[in-house]
Amino acid sequence: MSAPKRLIPATPRHAAVANANVLTRDEAQAIVGRAIGFSKAESVRVTIDSSYQGNVRFAANQMSTSGGVINANVVIESAFGPKHAAVTTNDLSDEALRRTVEQSEVLARLAPDDPESMPPLGPQQYATVQGWFDGTANLTPDDRARAALTALGPARDARDLAAAGYIVTSAQSNAIGNKAGQFAYHRSTTANYTLTVRTSDGTGSGWAGADDNDWSKINFAEVSKRAIDKARLSRSPVAIEPGRYTVILEPQAVADLVQLLVFYADARSADEGRSPFVKQGGGNKIGEKLVDSRVTLISDPTDPDLSSQPYDGDGLPLGRQVWIENGVLKQLYYSRFWAQKSNTTPTGFPSSVKMLGGTASLDDMIRSTPRGVLVTRLWYLREVDPRTVLYTGLTRDGTFLIENGKIAKAIRNLRFNESPLFMLNNLEMLGRPMRVAGTEAGGAVVMPPIKVRDFNFTSLSEAV
Amino acid sequence: MLALDAAKSAGASYADIRISRNRNQAIFTREQRVQNLVDNETFGFGVRVLVEGAWGFAASRDLSREEVARVARQAVTQARANRTTMVRPVTLAPVTPTPDGSWRSPARIDPFDVPVEEKAALLLAANAAALGVQGARFVNSQMFFLREEKTLATTDGTYVVQTIFRAQPSMTVTAVASGDFQTRQSNDVQPMGRGYEHVIDAKLVENAPRWAEEAVRKLSAKPVEVGRYDLILHPSHLWLTIHESIAHPTELDRAMGYEANYAGTSFVAPPEKMLGSLKYGPEFMNVQGDRSQSGSLSAVGWDDEGVRPEEFLIIKNGVFNDYQTTREQAPWLQWWYSRQNQETRSHGCSYAQSWADVQFQRMPNVSLLPGEQNHSWDDLIAATDRGIAIVGEGSFSIDQQRYNAQFGGQVFYEVRGGKIVGMLKDVAYQLRTPEFWNSMDMIGGRDSYMLGGAFNDGKGQPSQSNAVSHGCVPARFRNVNVINTGRQA
Repeated sequence: MSAPKRLIPATPRHAAVANANVLTRDEAQAIVGRAIGFSKAESVRVTIDSSYQGNVRFAANQMSTSGGVINANVVIESAFGPKHAAVTTNDLSDEALRRTVEQSEVLARLAPDDPESMPPLGPQQYATVQGWFDGTANLTPDDRARAALTALGPARDARDLAAAGYIVTSAQSNAIGNKAGQFAYHRSTTANYTLTVRTSDGTGSGWAGADDNDWSKINFAEVSKRAIDKARLSRSPVAIEPGRYTVILEPQAVADLVQLLVFYADARSADEGRSPFVKQGGGNKIGEKLVDSRVTLISDPTDPDLSSQPYDGDGLPLGRQVWIENGVLKQLYYSRFWAQKSNTTPTGFPSSVKMLGGTASLDDMIRSTPRGVLVTRLWYLREVDPRTVLYTGLTRDGTFLIENGKIAKAIRNLRFNESPLFMLNNLEMLGRPMRVAGTEAGGAVVMPPIKVRDFNFTSLSEAV
Repeated sequence: MLALDAAKSAGASYADIRISRNRNQAIFTREQRVQNLVDNETFGFGVRVLVEGAWGFAASRDLSREEVARVARQAVTQARANRTTMVRPVTLAPVTPTPDGSWRSPARIDPFDVPVEEKAALLLAANAAALGVQGARFVNSQMFFLREEKTLATTDGTYVVQTIFRAQPSMTVTAVASGDFQTRQSNDVQPMGRGYEHVIDAKLVENAPRWAEEAVRKLSAKPVEVGRYDLILHPSHLWLTIHESIAHPTELDRAMGYEANYAGTSFVAPPEKMLGSLKYGPEFMNVQGDRSQSGSLSAVGWDDEGVRPEEFLIIKNGVFNDYQTTREQAPWLQWWYSRQNQETRSHGCSYAQSWADVQFQRMPNVSLLPGEQNHSWDDLIAATDRGIAIVGEGSFSIDQQRYNAQFGGQVFYEVRGGKIVGMLKDVAYQLRTPEFWNSMDMIGGRDSYMLGGAFNDGKGQPSQSNAVSHGCVPARFRNVNVINTGRQA
């Protein structure tokens, strides 16, 4: 992505709308305190989310559904020794809090003993993450509508393009506290823009997106232009034979596959023999080289590219976690229980993921490729075989054949059956990482573009 | 009414308000441990308005008088912002208002009246029954329940109150051998729009050993040889193929490009080239849209804009006949309905997952109707010389226009000479939608009809989940491409 520009000024006219609905640290702490005050359980954990989300959605070159939603949520988890249960409400009144605390206590007393229950966390030290931007929290429907015009204007003027996109901004806070003195608070803003432009002859489709905690860092006009250019370039695709190809994956496509690894990186599943990280003969593969030695995969809420919540849902502090370093599996996720059983330290569940990159540009990768496929993004990924993280899915919204170091033509979309573990073993080049916008799982994801060999395409699709 | 008045006086030509209280409960277990008991409740309201042909929506969890009026005005402000880029103003198909309606899912036992310890004990007993099978090493089981109390009022004069129940018990058994593991999910028990009686009828304790045995048998099953096979698909599997390759492509918003940036568009487009022309499958193929089947997940009395849903044929005698529509969308097909001597009316497919989400076109139940001859699953196998019979849904993936799909399953049987001769593993089939459905040459009769379905069909931005059932019978498909998905790590 090019250098950020602030094209769309944020006007603070309705500042109070967003901010007033996001609980401050003091407000959240007061609610945690009130809920704890109502508690008669041996331990209680209170988790509070509050948010304002505004969105604009457009398709067929005009606005479709758009809206603004204010919400808040309190989860009360009560425990009596090894018995525990959680009850949730979105009513923050004292009466509702008292009722919710009581319900969670009733359920907890009825619950069977949990042999894996853990004692409450005490006070913790958390990293400070600056992920809140007033300009993003205070956006109005008009601001979002003006941003949408960066796509709608050129698409309508062109007469042969149809734009469909989504701009969503949110301001939110989360707090976790318990009777044992633990308290965590984090607030953040996010802005996300994705755009698909289709050509009216039905043969071309291009996608682009951007994501940041700070709205002013998103260059809406640049994203819109990228999707429009890609739509035009992708017209009239030709069929190629499915098979194994050298493939250049843009950062979004890399993210679609590589972020899956985090969900498989559970130490317990590996130790139980049901994971791709099972070691032959028992145990897990920590310390083994799994992929190309240029691959390093981390999570770090304090990384400015990620700026994510510095604790997990249990309230465990999150720092820099290294999952894969120079191709070697360094760490798996250990829950508090499994860490205790394995005589190690719990890791916390990550709130972000980043694959470190190299220095190559996308153009360098294309220029160095005699014959290959350039992929914009992937779609409908589903697990086929959990033993190998084998997934199927398809390319979408911009797939091109590279010949003799140049984009030669648009090609039809292809279905793949491929594993990120196999793919990262076939690495040829790494580019500069960037934050991606199209992540379905949510959270901050930063990935480089990569070039790999022998990527496994198994069939053609006529879908545009 | 306060919201509707506030919206009207702010300039809305149409407005609706939904107030809903959603309560859900989930119990998660593994082996002999209850991992979690969760009980959630969310309450709030959403106001949707139409201002000079543009939509606006706003929602809040605070039902005070001041907030309701403020949110209604905010929805109008949103609509005015949207109006700046309007190309085609929204017009709504007519609706017959229901001034005082009520509807309730056919739930005999409210799941929230059943003590949690009874639910937990049932899951732990089922887990024990599964683990009693030699080779079954792990088991996860859960129950999920929803009760939604929803009130809808519209400026057309509709006021309806509905109580909707959903229930899903499920389990997954894992068998582990050196260097291999295999799972069997309980998806011959499907989620339903019923109460706790659905859990009782599922007979988890009685069925668990069979699911466990099948997980263990999969470890030693023969890897499938790549090639073309006749496939006999059980309703517990076929519902998902219907969902992906018939139900999604016949959503009118997808066909018109409204989902281009997320869920995708459709190969069943443009409507003027497809309605009455596209040969989707053989002449005996009839596919119905409805929100009325008893116990189905999308059954309601009225949709989220006050339309009483009707049954309609999406595919009639093998030919594409109609799309899924809302009040905004039905007028787009006026030319087709007048040619059919039909009124231009919504099919009642408007739905929002909660008060905090705007309603839009969502899938009703989309079902493959039984054949005239009362064939059974066994009849289909007996009539097949060389094929694979697939039970239960597994991995699934389809492109954004719904042409190219790949499906796995839970249990795969090799069929030779009209008989099941053994179990296979690592099976997935790939299809191109029009060819696949036109290769269907035999279907079951009414006695073999069952409802499958899902709670979590995603569409829209922000993404919303829809719960939908698909009724179907077993069916046979000729000469389908089968791949082997097993690879070494």
